[in-house]
Amino acid sequence: MAMTITEKILAKAAGKKEVSPGQNLWLNVDVLMTHDVCGPPTFQIWKREFGEKARIWDKNKLVIFPDHYIFTSDVHANRNVNILRKFAKDYQLPNYYDVGSERYKGVCHIALAEEGFNLPGTVLIGTDSHTCTAGAFGLFATGVGNTDAAFILGTGKIWEKAPESMKFIFEGSVPQYLTAKDLILQILGDITTDGATYRAMEFDGEAVRSLNIDERMTLTNMAVEAGGMNGIIAADEVTRAYLAERTSKPFEEFQSDPDANYHSVYEYDVGKIEPLVAKPHSPDNRDTVRNVRGTKITKCYIGSCTGGKFTDFKNAALILKGREVRVPTFIIPASPSVAKRLQTETIDGKTIEEILADAGCTIAPPSCAACLGGPADTVGRSVDHDVVISTTNRNFPGRMGSKKAEVYLASPLTVAASAVTGVITDPREFL
Amino acid sequence: MQKIIKGPAYVLGDNIDTDQIIPAEHLVYSLSDPEESKKYGHFAFSGVPPAKAGLPDGGIRFIEGDNNRSKYNIIIGGSNFGCGSSREHAPFALRMAGVQVVVAESYARIFYRNSVDGGFIIPLESVGKINDRIKTGDPVQIDLANQTLTRLSDGQQFSLKHPGDVLPIIEAGGLFAYARKSGMIG
Repeated sequence: MAMTITEKILAKAAGKKEVSPGQNLWLNVDVLMTHDVCGPPTFQIWKREFGEKARIWDKNKLVIFPDHYIFTSDVHANRNVNILRKFAKDYQLPNYYDVGSERYKGVCHIALAEEGFNLPGTVLIGTDSHTCTAGAFGLFATGVGNTDAAFILGTGKIWEKAPESMKFIFEGSVPQYLTAKDLILQILGDITTDGATYRAMEFDGEAVRSLNIDERMTLTNMAVEAGGMNGIIAADEVTRAYLAERTSKPFEEFQSDPDANYHSVYEYDVGKIEPLVAKPHSPDNRDTVRNVRGTKITKCYIGSCTGGKFTDFKNAALILKGREVRVPTFIIPASPSVAKRLQTETIDGKTIEEILADAGCTIAPPSCAACLGGPADTVGRSVDHDVVISTTNRNFPGRMGSKKAEVYLASPLTVAASAVTGVITDPREFL
Repeated sequence: MQKIIKGPAYVLGDNIDTDQIIPAEHLVYSLSDPEESKKYGHFAFSGVPPAKAGLPDGGIRFIEGDNNRSKYNIIIGGSNFGCGSSREHAPFALRMAGVQVVVAESYARIFYRNSVDGGFIIPLESVGKINDRIKTGDPVQIDLANQTLTRLSDGQQFSLKHPGDVLPIIEAGGLFAYARKSGMIG
């Protein structure tokens, strides 16, 4: 039977020859990831439910990144990080990356990639909706809550209903003014925030194949914004090269069969797509930057698992080089590794960090920061009637802090262009 | 499992995301400490913009004053209820506020899973849109066995969808109870 890449991976994880959409499966989990917001309640449920018999099914497969609320004086938030720390110590967990130590890795989804946990053909489950990011490596990755995570922690298993797949094919060569963020906003506008609910979103085509891992992760990252169970891009030479630098673990690659069944197939010519935004207050409220140009903004934000990768800052620097920002602009690298690259990689002899600092940006330490608002002292948090343009993933009411704020989602190019002018600006004006 | 659930409805619109159900800044509280966890009830739906809180008129508080529980035990929503983050704190907050059932046109996957697997609330799907047919405060009755919702003021009945394969988990009261019952875990 012809199968999609998602169906093949699920079949393998369920120990079956084949699976069909709608089929209920118990999957063997290869990696369970959690963080400071959902780790503590997950451990608590695990202890409560398994009691004296509570055993971690495989310590090597449990990965814990404090990343959400870590640079704050909020006592409850700090207590959560202490709970992670103690749990990691008590159970001698090899994959705990403590904040304040040299092991700190930053935002979980980017850290998973950088530390070599994203292996093609595997099943990766995390207590965070953007766990779907890891699908950029040709694996099945999805987010769950604490109860499901606690069950995995004790058994290594999760139930899933095999999803139908939707295919999104981008052809053509990606113009300089366009990024993966524009491509995923295009899809969101077309299918809306529940257009892929309970489905797999598979990305393919010449334009997708031309994207580096950073950009591929932007596509899969926002699959959940369309309600998708997972986003996935089959592994290729780009994937293999990225992994070769980070892990020696073996993996198995899967491809969709040419005659596999899809719920729907969308085809795009990237040459016809313009820079896009999602207007307040929903990621599917798409418009062209051209249509909203001139909208006054009070804050710019470049960061998060969606828009805080090296390529995102490099793109912003292309526009900010030799220019100054007119509104407060926050730079939050997703990981220490990204932050380090900003200090070493140069454009015309200047490091990217220097370019961003000289433009007047505020550069903060790596974490999730204000992408999801966070405690009151979180850097970049929106206040009052802020109008923010951001490279993050969600603009629901209150998402970045203030319920009265308006958030526009856009590519790093569009955010940088807007930072320079103080109004929403098409990056083509600077490129 | 209780088969008939009755009470006043609280009505919301489409795309009620997890930040509206429980804003991210409150996720720092313990979910297991009996006293501290009451805060989740207190802040339930505190992220819903006032104009859209309690339809059709809006401006109706879900939680009054310093209370940790709501007088509404049944939520009527539209499409894509619970979209956004994976926070299990969302259905937990509704449970702490006293919610027993949510009836929505459709759900985001993770919120639905969390509601069922954690056994916090019963998420049911309406057949078509009903959040424009019920007003906040309307007394309604839900019959779980027959999958109906009745507007008690005039007896108008609305059909609900059968929960399908997850019914045994709902009936058991959550994933762990189900797994124990079916012998998956000891």
